[in-house]
Amino acid sequence: MNISRKICGVTAALATFAASAPVWAQDMIKNPTVEQMATMVNKGDVAWMLVSAALVLMMSIPGLALFYGGLVRTKNMLSVLMQVFMIVSVAGILWCLYGYSIAFTSGGDNHFFGGLSKAFLAGVTSGTYAATFSNNLYLPELVFVVFQMTFAMITPALIVGAFAERIKFSALMVFVIAWSTIVYYPIAHMVWYWAGPDFLADTPTDYGLMWGWGALDFAGGTVVHINAGIAGLVGCLMIGKRIGFPKEPMPPHSLVMTMIGASLLWVGWFGFNAGSNLEANGVTAVAFINTMVATCAAAVAWALVEQIHHGKASMLGAATGAVAGLVAITPASGFAAPMTSILLGLVVSPICYFFVAKVKGMLGYDDSLDVFGVHCIGGIVGAIATAIVADPALGGQGFFDYTQFPAGVGAYDMGAQIITQIKAVALTLVWSGIGSAVLYFIIDKTIGLRPSAEDEMQGLDLTSHGERAYNM
Amino acid sequence: MKLVMAIIKPFKLDDVRDALSSLGVAGMTVSEVKGFGRQKGQTEIYRGAEYSTNMVPKIKVEVVCDDALAPRVVEAVQQAANSGAIGDGKIFVLDVGQAVRIRTGETGDVAL
Repeated sequence: MNISRKICGVTAALATFAASAPVWAQDMIKNPTVEQMATMVNKGDVAWMLVSAALVLMMSIPGLALFYGGLVRTKNMLSVLMQVFMIVSVAGILWCLYGYSIAFTSGGDNHFFGGLSKAFLAGVTSGTYAATFSNNLYLPELVFVVFQMTFAMITPALIVGAFAERIKFSALMVFVIAWSTIVYYPIAHMVWYWAGPDFLADTPTDYGLMWGWGALDFAGGTVVHINAGIAGLVGCLMIGKRIGFPKEPMPPHSLVMTMIGASLLWVGWFGFNAGSNLEANGVTAVAFINTMVATCAAAVAWALVEQIHHGKASMLGAATGAVAGLVAITPASGFAAPMTSILLGLVVSPICYFFVAKVKGMLGYDDSLDVFGVHCIGGIVGAIATAIVADPALGGQGFFDYTQFPAGVGAYDMGAQIITQIKAVALTLVWSGIGSAVLYFIIDKTIGLRPSAEDEMQGLDLTSHGERAYNM
Repeated sequence: MKLVMAIIKPFKLDDVRDALSSLGVAGMTVSEVKGFGRQKGQTEIYRGAEYSTNMVPKIKVEVVCDDALAPRVVEAVQQAANSGAIGDGKIFVLDVGQAVRIRTGETGDVAL
């Protein structure tokens, strides 16, 4: 019984009662048993969520791997592909060992992280269920486990772009295990854990810290992008610049790969954002179309900025703009309306461009593939803008009040929501920034973060992995 | 025998080849090279980071011919590779000491 009642999903959100409520809505069952939950599963939801999980995996491999790989020099291509591939694989195992349990079980009075009751996926079977955002609507728990697993895979993989071309492979893998444990799982718990719509009314404090604040993060603006982005910035500062940066030219070796990667990210992101609704209904469609058009707008905006600034719009700029748009719409995807999503896309690109093309140069840090400038800054813009675009007065979805049963629409206060969003952004920056700094420091003092200068100059493909990307 | 070595713009290669074939030149060697002269390189910009490339891609054509043909080869290359813009390239003429056809062992002009 206990086994199946915790679980939960993406913050706040919008159950979309009207669309998905079963015909027997008048007979809503509070605190249903596992046997009752078994009758509250929708095959359409299950099918969509399994496809979404596969789409999010495609974002990491090959999407992100190619997006990043194309941006490094030929001698480091395989090192980036291998880093992403291994992070995905290790994070998947870790998620089953204890990641899922820490992120998605109740911490009782502790709102920072969950317990170990589901370590090794204990008690999670084909007969246990995870809550959605609608009363009396459930997903098989394993669907939820594997969907959330793909988020735990891509987030640490995003970080590697910040210190690409100069990290020791073994040190990186140790970092990823430790970072997932003390940074990702707690943040995911704080933002996304709650008792579920059928249980919260009777256990009104059974939630993660930021969920309890009322922070809105539909698909992972704080948990994924700000979290990884700040970890990347701290990493590139502590590891130091690449040898020869910025005097030696280090142009991308294949923008063809980068374009393919960015496009795969775009496609996969529908699983990430629309999948985060945990159901297949009208709000899923809202998240889907918002993801589409915000990305279009951001790609156009980046191209326009370059056209004005340099006289030429570049492919790399368009791809970067698209990713910035995807990042910005992530927390807002299920809350915004299509037209406000377009505005968000138009706004985020110039801001990210400023950080990538100007601030980085002025401050002189070597965030090689702009993890901070695109993911952290884009994520912050998106997180704060979510408070604006979610306002029903602007066509947004507002939020549901799950403290009543059945859940109803809550009264929206944009000013208060902006403050809440800023608090959530700040806590994520501090938690991930400090946690990452401690881990980098310890690993640097023990196994060392950087390969030898000679290995770095020769390229990590040969010196770390004993192979070349291109034998021509 | 003379070695005529021409550095030309890559897109002029077909014109040069046709011009030399019509002179009866029996063979040539072509390589992709990089270098610089008076022509300036291009500026590449990646996310705001500017790289100026001062090496410009060119094609090097090498032709060995008998002394009598050499001035006409030079003239043909000069005309075929000429676009009138800076960066059209240069032609160098060198003396060749000996030529050997590997298959037969023939030497001198008949080996060309």
